[in-house]
Amino acid sequence: MKKDQASAVPADTGLADAEVERQLTTIWGSRPGFWGAVASVDHKVIARRYIVTAFIFLILGGLLALAMRLQLAQPEARFISPDRYNQIFTMHGSNMMFLFAVPVMEAIGVYFVPLMVGTRNIAFPRLNAFSYWVFLFGGVLLWLSFALDTAPDVGWFAYVPLSGPEYSAGKRADIWAQMITFTELSALAVAVEIVVTVFKQRAPGMSLDRIPVLVWAMLVMSFLVIMAMPAIMFASSTLILDRLVGTQFYNPAEGGDALLWQHLFWFFGHPEVYIIFLPAVGMVSTILPAFVGRPLFGYLPLVMAMIATGVLSFGLWVHHMFTVGLPRLGESFFTASSMAISIPAGIQIFCWLATMWAGRPVFRTPLLFVIGFIATFVIGGLTGVMVASVPFDTQVHDTYFVVAHFHYVLIGGAVFPLIAAIYYWFPKMTGRMMSERLGRWAFWLIFIGFHLTFFPMHLLGLLGMPRRVYTYQPELPWAGLNLFISLSAVLLALGFLVFFVDVVRSWRNGLPAGPNPWKATTLEWATSSPPPSYNFRRIPVVDAREALSPNDGELAVASGLRTDRRELLVTSVVEALPEARESSPRDSVWPLWAAIATAVMLIWSMFSPWAVVWGSIPIAVTLIGWFWPKGSPEDES
Amino acid sequence: MKLRCLPLALLIMLSGCSTAQSVLHAHGEAAIALKNLIIFIAWVAAIIWLAVVGFLTFALVPRRNHSAGPDNRSERTMTIAVATATAATALIIGILTVASFYTTRALNSGGNADVTVVVRAQQWWWQFIYADHDQTQIFQTANELHIPVGKTIRLRLQAVDVIHSFWVPSLAGKLDLIPGRENTLTLRAERPGIYRGQCAEFCGLQHGHMAFAVIAEDDADYQRWLARQRLDAATPTEAEAIAGQGVFLAKQCAACHAIRGTSASGSTGPDLTHVAGRRTIAAGLLETTRGSFAAWIADPQTLKPGNNMPMVPLTTDELRQLSAYMESLR
Ligand code: HEM
Ligand SMILES: [Cu+2]
Repeated sequence: MKKDQASAVPADTGLADAEVERQLTTIWGSRPGFWGAVASVDHKVIARRYIVTAFIFLILGGLLALAMRLQLAQPEARFISPDRYNQIFTMHGSNMMFLFAVPVMEAIGVYFVPLMVGTRNIAFPRLNAFSYWVFLFGGVLLWLSFALDTAPDVGWFAYVPLSGPEYSAGKRADIWAQMITFTELSALAVAVEIVVTVFKQRAPGMSLDRIPVLVWAMLVMSFLVIMAMPAIMFASSTLILDRLVGTQFYNPAEGGDALLWQHLFWFFGHPEVYIIFLPAVGMVSTILPAFVGRPLFGYLPLVMAMIATGVLSFGLWVHHMFTVGLPRLGESFFTASSMAISIPAGIQIFCWLATMWAGRPVFRTPLLFVIGFIATFVIGGLTGVMVASVPFDTQVHDTYFVVAHFHYVLIGGAVFPLIAAIYYWFPKMTGRMMSERLGRWAFWLIFIGFHLTFFPMHLLGLLGMPRRVYTYQPELPWAGLNLFISLSAVLLALGFLVFFVDVVRSWRNGLPAGPNPWKATTLEWATSSPPPSYNFRRIPVVDAREALSPNDGELAVASGLRTDRRELLVTSVVEALPEARESSPRDSVWPLWAAIATAVMLIWSMFSPWAVVWGSIPIAVTLIGWFWPKGSPEDES
Repeated sequence: MKLRCLPLALLIMLSGCSTAQSVLHAHGEAAIALKNLIIFIAWVAAIIWLAVVGFLTFALVPRRNHSAGPDNRSERTMTIAVATATAATALIIGILTVASFYTTRALNSGGNADVTVVVRAQQWWWQFIYADHDQTQIFQTANELHIPVGKTIRLRLQAVDVIHSFWVPSLAGKLDLIPGRENTLTLRAERPGIYRGQCAEFCGLQHGHMAFAVIAEDDADYQRWLARQRLDAATPTEAEAIAGQGVFLAKQCAACHAIRGTSASGSTGPDLTHVAGRRTIAAGLLETTRGSFAAWIADPQTLKPGNNMPMVPLTTDELRQLSAYMESLR
């Protein structure tokens, strides 16, 4: 236990618990009322907003999926015009990837990384607030364009030349490209915050080998975001340049190259899949031990496997391009690298199986979803191995087989763990338990509905049905399967409905949860549910990988942080030895104004390149407001 | 879940064997090799999945005398188990990589092509140009590729506007057509038949209606077809058709379509010299009948919204005459 020497300024040393709490609440709490809420930079408040918004996008994207299934239930149906259908699948894909899956995973990181490493707020909290607003505006932009019937209609990877100036008139493709810019900007901000929080703000004693697996997952994910982002930023900017000022990056007639786009997009797009999947690995690894009553088996191999996955994910983007006519040597390389990524994935699965094998399972809803995840994700992984084989892929690429494959990976591999995570952490976030009864209903409906919906799509693909077709002809033998799939999709939707009903009901009147209902061992359970604005009354001190072991009694704490201003403990990267006390920014509305100014500039720039010049003036003004010094004293070491 | 779907799956697979656009209904040299590979990998995958789920079930059933908590002995067994499973994974994917490599090698054993066809994909139809050393013998057709059985066919794949993908699953895997590049696909049909194909890369509004047929016939039939295609269009003899030809040449039709032997030489739309000899019109949309011609010409935008053929205003008589003329172009 570490004790700072008492200083002249008010610190928590020696104060009674109740008095510390009172003072911390005053200094960390947000002001009441609308503007108080808007100005909040509390990572939990912002993460909750992020999560709720992302789930709203999930619901909207799900409704689009149902619309597609309605149209495809019959051959040559005319419920939805081809133009609308193309908008719908583009919206569905873009929305699910950029507005739901990536943001929701990051949001879980924003909520739990600071709690799990035992600090009081995320690094750069104002940037965090900014990132939420930018994400929100990007999403609203996309959905407004859909409401106005001018949504992007070129697919979520917007291949040129189809999305270029010649074949996509109007602003549709520009809206897509700018939506990318919005969401990437916000993702980048969050990634930087997570990296710094993990490296510099861990509780004393939480050396690298004691970091919770979820935090590792978020760290690797953040690095992937940071490294993949330049490619997509470059791609979307050059697309806008081609469309707006007549550059010729992608025009083969003028020496540009249509395939350049695919390389850039997938150099980002493939890691993107792991940006979604790695946090899910972290969630499963965190949840599983709590329900099998033993620590995770294979901490080190799991962490190594995650890092290996992250590194390998940059070496296999070309497997999205196996039908463009590549040289043979290149194909063999990318087949081998794509197949190789199943080794770290295998290690992860084997470690979880071993953990279950040695433990004693308690079948609560989170565990059910984890089990469902393993059974489902393995299928997605195996079909992934299939499409990694070039000859195999030439038959199934761009067919419903691939639609089945990536839904197995995205829903089975990421949404199932996410729902498990919601059931698991809901008590922490709201102080209330979710219903076990509804949870079971939700699980079985979603699990069965999912497989009935997506498994037959493998067959449809093998029977020759391409993806992204707004209809098919009656003489093709696809009608029966399609109808079956559409009906099953209703079952799946019903499962999600039960889940959302459970969330809303439990939020209002679930049973009180208490600080640690699952007897879990990570630090977020060491504080009340929901956690107070300052997270921990005193900063915890960690002396083992299982920070809260059941037979450990009281948690050791460090004291000495000031209680008259927002202060955090900065620790060293490897050993997490205390290094300094640092002030943490206060609430501010400026991030909102800055986000509005950024949004204006980005949207304006779809119409005129000069927006980049004139639009940056208001941004500069808001940034000055944001960083205006408030006369807080220098940080002390 | 797999089990629950199995009867259904079997049903589909069986019925799948009577269709013409299916990976599982392989009648081309390449498609057969691919089908074998696909079935092999699918079996391996099914076994792996059953093993994983079997072990998962085993790990989850409650066991008596089982103490939870780390215990060195089981920790060691677990390490060995995980290491073994990982090694097995590496071995299996090694095998699959090699199998897929050899399949690719076998596919490209082409040799010299007996027939070369230039395929030019465009929104939303297929142009097939039969190249020939003799310039006067070159002709083109649309949405219907005739090939001789048992011969090696080389397709030179080009895109006119955006990216498309050439896919006849019963004959071969797909290959993209990319503006500014040319890809080459080699295929060979082992049996006569009509094999349906479809564009497999999203290419805009009517991507869903960009089908074509590959008609594989024995050499005599193929030669007969070739000879006919090389002829200019038949001169209409029926009064209605003669009038129809007049309408065709007078209206916008001739600006976009060519009919060899007349002054119509547009190149935006499909060549119509022998249009009535093809099985379908509008890239697989309608069967070729006089009624289909009338319906299509009267209002192409309702049948295939967004396609590049405008509605040409016509009187009822003109429409009838045009349809008769189209039907005479065999
Ligand atoms: C709720 C159940 C869902 C159903 C029934 C569903 C259905 C579909 C269907 C039918 C398509 C194919 C459209 C076409 O090719 O024409 C599709 C595409 C897609 N889905 Fe889903 N989906 C669901 C959830 C999700 C989720 C949760 C995600 C991501 C996390 C997702 C990501 C995608 C992506 C990326 C595409 C590709 C879009 C494109 O082609 O540009 N879907 N979905
Ligand atoms: Cu196409």
